[in-house]
Amino acid sequence: MALTREQMAQRVARELEDGFYVNLGIGIPTLVANYIPDGMDVMLQSENGLLGMGRYPTEEEVDPDMINAGKQTVTARPGSAIFSSAESFAMIRGGHVDLTVLGAFEVDQNGNIASWMIPGKLIKGMGGAMDLVAGAENIICTMTHASKDGTSKLLESCSLPLTGAGCINRVLTDLAYLEIENGAFILKERAPGVSVEEIKEKTAGKLIVPDDVPEMVFD
Amino acid sequence: MAGFDKRVYSYEEAMDGIESGMTVLAGGFGLCGIPENLIAEIKRRGVNDLTVVSNNCGVDGFGLGVLLEDRQISKILASYVGENALFERQMLDGEIEVQLTPQGTLAEKMRAGGAGIPAFYTATGYGTPIGEGKEVREFNGRHYILEEAIVGDFAIVKGWKADRYGNVVYRKTAQNFNPMVATAGKITVVEVEEIVEPGELDPAEIHTPGIYVDRLIQGTFEKRIEKRTVHQG
Repeated sequence: MALTREQMAQRVARELEDGFYVNLGIGIPTLVANYIPDGMDVMLQSENGLLGMGRYPTEEEVDPDMINAGKQTVTARPGSAIFSSAESFAMIRGGHVDLTVLGAFEVDQNGNIASWMIPGKLIKGMGGAMDLVAGAENIICTMTHASKDGTSKLLESCSLPLTGAGCINRVLTDLAYLEIENGAFILKERAPGVSVEEIKEKTAGKLIVPDDVPEMVFD
Repeated sequence: MAGFDKRVYSYEEAMDGIESGMTVLAGGFGLCGIPENLIAEIKRRGVNDLTVVSNNCGVDGFGLGVLLEDRQISKILASYVGENALFERQMLDGEIEVQLTPQGTLAEKMRAGGAGIPAFYTATGYGTPIGEGKEVREFNGRHYILEEAIVGDFAIVKGWKADRYGNVVYRKTAQNFNPMVATAGKITVVEVEEIVEPGELDPAEIHTPGIYVDRLIQGTFEKRIEKRTVHQG
């Protein structure tokens, strides 16, 4: 079975470490905040200018001056800091954020990522994604392995305009967890009940399959 | 003599001198911390052929979105332009030129513009369409592209409190792009919720020092929320 969105978030959360400053993109990455292990302290960065994003506000707490990068109303946790967008991107571009998790349309075997534009169809802009992928050393890309018609999104070479070149080294799809190294995807884990054959079939880029590919385990 | 008193008493006076064809920098992220009354004054004046620099372009009917209704904007630099159907239509019809710019690069372009730095190198956008045609240099084995600074004829800013000398503090995440925008205008206009006497604000907590501010006006704000999200349970 392919992973649900929640399981994908759960799997990504296993890569968190105590004391990490983390930027979570919109969509599945946002859900990762729900699976921070008990006892672990993680500070969430929101690129509009907030370090230490808290939960959503109650009706009474809703404040139009308090939003996250997805423009949702949020709260600030104790010990948070608020600053300008230039300061925020200094953190990001200066490599101070420990982990970035973001979605993508396509990723290729050379670590290129396309996530911001589909020519002729969707032109909403890159927001902070280009800064995030250029600034972070530690990035996990979350995406579905293939489109609904079965077309692979893990490619030899991205077909869409790039968000960043050679910057992605880890990908979590609904079928597998993979690393990118020396021009190839390396299959590290597979979703429960998903065969290596299915992953091979849905990976258009070069795929290296080690002898042992463990299944992910969920509670 | 007005000395350092930056106050003006009408929005007409606040935007005096704005003309068609000018470049306007605007603070705000989404609808948070936008100079909504200064935008409304630009609409009222009917100036057009504006180049607007702002992270977003408002929504249909609010924020910078209102300047699209009478086609007052001919070019925009922004990082994200979703959430606005009129904008999308004008863009696809070629009525408005859009220069999509990474968010951090946009912030830095204005910071640099205000700080007298004409251009800077950044890794952001290297190897992507954003880097095409731009000078590339290698530092310590990494590639960077040259991005040029931005200065505006007008900078319009939304603050929380200011003293009449134009020292400004912002409230929570309504800060966003406002401090950089404030530094990068030939004429910087700030609208705030409250104007206080000099000495009432802690000098160490000023976000935008008055030296950057030319005109200051107190206004009332709708502060529309784009995505109201509440805690369940």
